[in-house]
Amino acid sequence: MTDPSGAVGSGRERQEIQAVPVRHPGRWVAVAVLAVLAAMLVHTVVTNERFGWDVVGQYLFSAPILNGLRNTLILTVLSMLIGIVGGVGLAVMRQSPNPIVSGAAATYIWLFRGTPLIAQLLFWNFLAALYPRLSLGIPFGPEFVSVDTNVLITQFAACLLGLGLNEAAYMAEIVRGGLLSVDRGQAEAAGALGMTRSQALRRIVLPQAMRVIVPPTGNETISMLKTTSLVVVIGYFELLTSAQRISNQNFQVIPLLIVAAFWYLVLTSLLTIGQGFVERRYGRGFVPDRPGSRLLTKAGTT
Amino acid sequence: MTPMVEASGIHKSFGRTEVLRGIDLVVQPGEVCCIIGPSGSGKSTLLRCVNHLERIDAGRMRVDGKLIGYQETGGKLHELRESEVARQRRDIGMVFQRFNLFPHMTAAENVMEAPRTVLGTSRAAARKAADELLARVGLSARRDAYPGQLSGGQQQRVAIARALAMQPRLMLFDEPTSALDPELVGEVLDVMRGLAADGMTMLVVTHEMGFAREVGDSVVFMDEGVIVEEGAPRDVLSAPRHERTRSFLSKVL
Ligand SMILES: Nc1ncnc2c1ncn2[C@@H]1O[C@H](COP(=O)(O)OP(=O)(O)OP(=O)(O)O)[C@@H](O)[C@H]1O
Ligand SMILES: [Mg+2]
Repeated sequence: MTDPSGAVGSGRERQEIQAVPVRHPGRWVAVAVLAVLAAMLVHTVVTNERFGWDVVGQYLFSAPILNGLRNTLILTVLSMLIGIVGGVGLAVMRQSPNPIVSGAAATYIWLFRGTPLIAQLLFWNFLAALYPRLSLGIPFGPEFVSVDTNVLITQFAACLLGLGLNEAAYMAEIVRGGLLSVDRGQAEAAGALGMTRSQALRRIVLPQAMRVIVPPTGNETISMLKTTSLVVVIGYFELLTSAQRISNQNFQVIPLLIVAAFWYLVLTSLLTIGQGFVERRYGRGFVPDRPGSRLLTKAGTT
Repeated sequence: MTPMVEASGIHKSFGRTEVLRGIDLVVQPGEVCCIIGPSGSGKSTLLRCVNHLERIDAGRMRVDGKLIGYQETGGKLHELRESEVARQRRDIGMVFQRFNLFPHMTAAENVMEAPRTVLGTSRAAARKAADELLARVGLSARRDAYPGQLSGGQQQRVAIARALAMQPRLMLFDEPTSALDPELVGEVLDVMRGLAADGMTMLVVTHEMGFAREVGDSVVFMDEGVIVEEGAPRDVLSAPRHERTRSFLSKVL
């Protein structure tokens, strides 16, 4: 099969394209409007003394704020951990062929998504009113250890239970969606190779489901950063509470809100960057959506 | 000699529709048995019953003399535990119409996965075996490519290598070339031809009559959940005894 006109790419001159690009006057108008608005914003932020930038600078790295920041971080990380582990467990239970097991998971999700988080936090905090002592033993049989509920469920523990168990219910649905997004043929191929269901889940199905699970989990984590401020209802404190405690004393409400917002934005930015890394990790082998991204290629293939 | 596959009186229903209605089939070791038949006749279902991807309702399925999915003790059938079914499947390779490669792993990782996870083979040993298998299917150069970067024919050859990595005694093929562009069919059939020449026992659902005629030791024609006719390829394909076989062949040839 040879080209009758001779070798390809030779003979005729290349005709470069030198066209006048399409103009977009609308875009220039939009850019001008945005530029003016941005300039106005910067101007007022700098010149309006009531922003109290000196107060912001004074409290940004103060001990109570950093303490609150630390609590926000600890609560977010630990409750997301509980939420993710619990969510994976619930999602797997939800898919169980045993109706009792899947029903139990569905009931949990229904209960924890269906009641206000504040109510759940208060419930865990006042568990002692319901059960003054908690014990470990054989059901309806002898007890081995027994402790005062108020000793075991500290304020901090109540925060983690409230935030983590509630998050697990939401994460369960996210994970379930991820599992459902993986073609059934994948688990079948794994089974045909002699893998057990749990091996197939761990090695084949979950890694592929992660692609779908990670973005909403990033959402949940960023949302959790701010949801932790609800722990104030049971007397615990974190970033926003610390800021408010200070402004209750010095009446500098706006500057302290700016302090809190600053740290929330820092944490959110870090999480967004982290999410990018995780997404790249689980995007391995999948055709990239973004042009120019080279997730797929390895060792110079294609 | 114990047959490699011995199906007797297999029945299987999905809800109220009975898809397999009493299948008897024997495949000897080293034999290549091709299953042909119209769409919906139950060919895939039968294949999936051999490795217990589908649970049969009645009859007995034996592979290499061993009952699949059950254990018979004292005249009573006991269902096997999941881990025991998984153990039985190690010896039965399966190749799917839509390849079902693991998209998040490279070709070599696909082939290494089951030996590593199921048998606990060392990384180095699994790697070496994978390299040999990929060479056997002519894909050494593409070992680090992801399935999404391979053509259909290449993906199916990786899938065959992946199944062979478990050193199965029996290979099941469910229309391995039906999802391929015509020009890619040949490379997959070549690999299967090589396998057959090496003495692998194969149960192949296919629409490739040329392959069945040339490579098959026996051909089985299925229709509406029963085996209508079976025998040597030249008999079934060239001189079918049943009207249904004749009318099917006249449509596909
Ligand atoms: N999981 C299932 N649930 C319900 N019905 C099913 C299921 N799997 C198969 N069937 C039905 O069983 C019948 C036989 O299906 P099967 O896939 O075995 O046919 P086949 O001979 O392989 O057809 P094809 O050539 O189209 O692949 C079909 O009518 C199909 O709709
Ligand atoms: Mg089929």
